[in-house]
Amino acid sequence: MTEEHLLKGWEEFEAGAILYSFDGSSHHINNSIQHSVADWRAEKPVFNEEHCIHCQFCWVYCPDTSIISKDKQFDHIDYVHCKGCGICVDVCPTNPKSLVMFTEQTTNDEAIRNWPAKDTKKDA
Amino acid sequence: MSDIKQIKNLKDFSTSVERFQGGHRLCPGCSHSIIVREMLNATDDNICVSTATGCLEVCTAIYPYTSWDLSWIHIGFENAAAAISGTEAMYKALQKKGRPHSDKPTKFVAFGGDGGTYDIGFQSLSGAVERGHDFIYVCLDNEGYMNTGGQRSSSTPIGGATTTSPAGKVSYGEKRLKKDMVQIMAAHGCEFVAQVAPSKWKDLVKKTQRAYQASGPVYINAVSPCPTEWKFAPEKSMEICDLAVDSCVFPLYQIEDGHKVTVTYKPKVKKTVEEYCAAQGRFKHLFRPEFSHVIEDWQKRVDATWEYLLKREEAGI
Ligand code: SF4
Ligand code: SF4
Repeated sequence: MTEEHLLKGWEEFEAGAILYSFDGSSHHINNSIQHSVADWRAEKPVFNEEHCIHCQFCWVYCPDTSIISKDKQFDHIDYVHCKGCGICVDVCPTNPKSLVMFTEQTTNDEAIRNWPAKDTKKDA
Repeated sequence: MSDIKQIKNLKDFSTSVERFQGGHRLCPGCSHSIIVREMLNATDDNICVSTATGCLEVCTAIYPYTSWDLSWIHIGFENAAAAISGTEAMYKALQKKGRPHSDKPTKFVAFGGDGGTYDIGFQSLSGAVERGHDFIYVCLDNEGYMNTGGQRSSSTPIGGATTTSPAGKVSYGEKRLKKDMVQIMAAHGCEFVAQVAPSKWKDLVKKTQRAYQASGPVYINAVSPCPTEWKFAPEKSMEICDLAVDSCVFPLYQIEDGHKVTVTYKPKVKKTVEEYCAAQGRFKHLFRPEFSHVIEDWQKRVDATWEYLLKREEAGI
């Protein structure tokens, strides 16, 4: 697959054109991981290490393979493939949550400074 | 026969090498990819996948991209099972000739939506199972043709509003009962048939690993809550999934050798069909007084099915 092909839309291929197979060197394989879906997001999840118990619920339930774990620990969020669905926040069991949705414009440092306090109603 | 991958807890599970990548175009919060990830991560063996036309297929294979780090084949809407059975037969034939070489066993898995399974792909599925190919067929059941704008399928439950069974002043939506695919596939004499839910990952992984060990056809029905057409917020996917299971609308059970029923999850506190419906926009109209009988009748049917499953389990027949 050449650069030129990648820029072509499906409707721009001539009838009967040969579409190249995905076989061959890694240069020819176009894994969707090369495609960013970050612009689908209105809000992003932010991670706060302080409260995390590394239960991996967020890892198993992320539909976009965007919670990256290493050595059985939460490692980071892949913001190129996260669509901002919010499932990871919903399933996070800690109090306060270790993942919270913030607007795209908020920096992660700002988000951590404005982290919600422990929800005392929940314990009661 | 291959070794079963050791997955004692989520921490173990999280060390899996992902073979389903991000960057696909499924809606935010779609359960399809959660199910696929859990199933692929349940083994380290080679996997060969075929998919029927549907959300999963169109969103993970937009030319020139693929989200699958494994062998993958797609032919048409109606023949995911035929495609995988042909692939499996070819693999066996080549193995007899000493090809292809791999130190790991290869598993064959077909994914179809309920449209590609309950309706359009039914004959090829039935045929492939009858011929006894060694494969797992997984139905990602979101109860309608969601890829084309949410039309009804034979999996849509009674009372559900879809674009071809709309609810209105006189109509309460879908008029027909949902087809019971799990029982139909058990009646084919499959070695193993099961219903799973992605929110119960442990149960799903256990059943999937049992399926990978089977030497004949296996059918797995996976409930796949769809934020877009079931009409709920994307972050609620797993909560809706838990509601489906806890209300016993989607009971988690398995059938071995066509008859031996085991209920694998019994909710501590049973939820009601009303609670399940209230969480989804597609059942909103059922809360009007004139349509309340739909939920009442549905609850009776769910209770009866649950009783039946428990009795079958107890009797061991
Ligand atoms: S769900 Fe929450 S506590 Fe568990 S690993 Fe993820 S961030 Fe940490
Ligand atoms: S917001 Fe959704 S897509 Fe993003 S990391 Fe969380 S679960 Fe994954």
